[in-house]
Amino acid sequence: MKALSQKRRHPLAALALLVLGLMLTGGLYAVVTTVNEAKADTTTFTAQQVEEGEKLFVANCATCHGLGASGTDAGPSLAGVGAAAVDFQVGTGRMPMQMQGPQALQKPQQFTADQTREMAAYVATLGNGPALPEEQYLDGKGDATVGGELFRVNCAMCHNAAAAGGALTRGKFAPPLAGVSNSHIYSAMVTGPQNMPVFNDANITPEGKRDIITFLNVIENQGSPGGAKLGSLGPVSEGLFLWTAVLGVIIGFTIWLTSRTS
Amino acid sequence: MGNHSDGSPTGSDAVAKAGHNEVDTFQDPGLPPHRLRLADTDPKAAKRAERQVAWLFVISIIGTLMFFVAYFGVRLDDTIATLRIQNTFLGLGVAFAMLGIGTGIVHWARALMPDHEVAEERHELRTEEDRLAAVKIVDDILEETGIKRRPLIRNTLIGAVALAPLPAIAIFRDLGPLPGDSMHHTLWKEGERLARDPDGTPIKASDVTMGSAFHVIPESLNKLETGKLNEKAKAVVLLMRLNPEDLNPSAGREDWGYNGIVAYSKICTHVGCPVALYEQQTHHLLCPCHQSTFDLTKECKVIFGPAVRPLPQLPITVDSEGYLVAQSDFHEPVGPSFWERG
Repeated sequence: MKALSQKRRHPLAALALLVLGLMLTGGLYAVVTTVNEAKADTTTFTAQQVEEGEKLFVANCATCHGLGASGTDAGPSLAGVGAAAVDFQVGTGRMPMQMQGPQALQKPQQFTADQTREMAAYVATLGNGPALPEEQYLDGKGDATVGGELFRVNCAMCHNAAAAGGALTRGKFAPPLAGVSNSHIYSAMVTGPQNMPVFNDANITPEGKRDIITFLNVIENQGSPGGAKLGSLGPVSEGLFLWTAVLGVIIGFTIWLTSRTS
Repeated sequence: MGNHSDGSPTGSDAVAKAGHNEVDTFQDPGLPPHRLRLADTDPKAAKRAERQVAWLFVISIIGTLMFFVAYFGVRLDDTIATLRIQNTFLGLGVAFAMLGIGTGIVHWARALMPDHEVAEERHELRTEEDRLAAVKIVDDILEETGIKRRPLIRNTLIGAVALAPLPAIAIFRDLGPLPGDSMHHTLWKEGERLARDPDGTPIKASDVTMGSAFHVIPESLNKLETGKLNEKAKAVVLLMRLNPEDLNPSAGREDWGYNGIVAYSKICTHVGCPVALYEQQTHHLLCPCHQSTFDLTKECKVIFGPAVRPLPQLPITVDSEGYLVAQSDFHEPVGPSFWERG
């Protein structure tokens, strides 16, 4: 230590210090960024998550989906559905299903976010399928105009032009999209839950999906410029309102006009 | 005219004669006895009604002021929220302004103005005198115009009147030209690539994974200079991929798909709505307008709703680069029935 302190006024001391400082900063930066990457990379799961997920699966899902998720008469095989399918189905409470019916209904979540991830980790090991959506496509900062056009071409026929949902055949329906998280919207597009078709990345690019999510966020946040939306169902609810409420008021006025005063 | 405010009903013979088979007509029972209003008898009530009318007019004044406050007072920025606030108060202001005046006047008339009841007798519908006067007018016209004595004038007038409406009929021609065979053809032809709606990028067969639904236009559509919307309205196609075992193609149509990828016209055969609600598990296609349902596993046969013909299928295959292309145009006209469809 003494030798070091004696050399502190050496002409090269400043240079050595500078090199040392640079190396330290660079090294720290490298460590920090790899930590961040590990956090951002949502597609890798630890072996422990897979193991925990399998336990949860056997306890909660295997009744219908079968041991090893190979499928039974009551539920389909989950090989190749991917982590995104678990994120959507379990994350929105649709799975585990309360009872067999035309379609699984959204309800309060049965599992925590960590448990959902563990089950996703397990299902992802069963076969190649859509991974969990990447954060960069969920920020809602895409192009809402492009997203609106894509939405009208691909989604609006079932989900309604104002994303208010609509009926399908025999008791099935496309749900309204207000209040659905960006990650679940993305997962639904890549996995095609229940009767929704799959919109893979070759059909709508991840950037296109980001634009659609942006559009949905915009229309949800801006509200209705024309007053009460009446469910955004178009002429049905608006006509019903006019025929009942407004005609009722008109009839009321007519009765008042022709009645006698006390 | 008879003033019934004395309240005595006229005639009650009808009741007396009931049961004697002579009641062909009822006598006019007259008006019920006149009942005085509260404001007619009680000066306090009259004063109260006066105040109520005045208040309704004041509400109208406040409504008009509200309109101006909203019009000049609400600062519009670029958001919809401020526009919505302004619109709400403009509407409410005008509504109160109009309703206040209207209800005020009606209340005034009902509560304060004189309310004696009046009955007016109906005029006789037709008198012989009027009929003769009308006949005389016609006779005078015939006599004074001399139309019987001057057949030249009469005949040329008939000719002129008969010809005059013809231009109105002739301009119906501008509704044309007739569609010719344009209803029987679309942009699809052999080798035309299937492209994504709306950007027009071609689709590879490998892009269409199981359960996918693609909304498709012909690749050449976006290059059209004119008539793009009309062509799009005929040529739009829905592309789906099923398990090949689920498809049951009829004889001669086995090679119209490719590895379970099939393309069907999106135009409903009922009245032409876009049938784009694809359920990927039941393989049903649902038309949102009238709920016609088509079964993809039976070549889009109608299984529910008012449509009568299945959706036309577009025969497809892949080209050397792996892109999906049409084998030909549709084999039948797409969309709803029309007169010359045959």
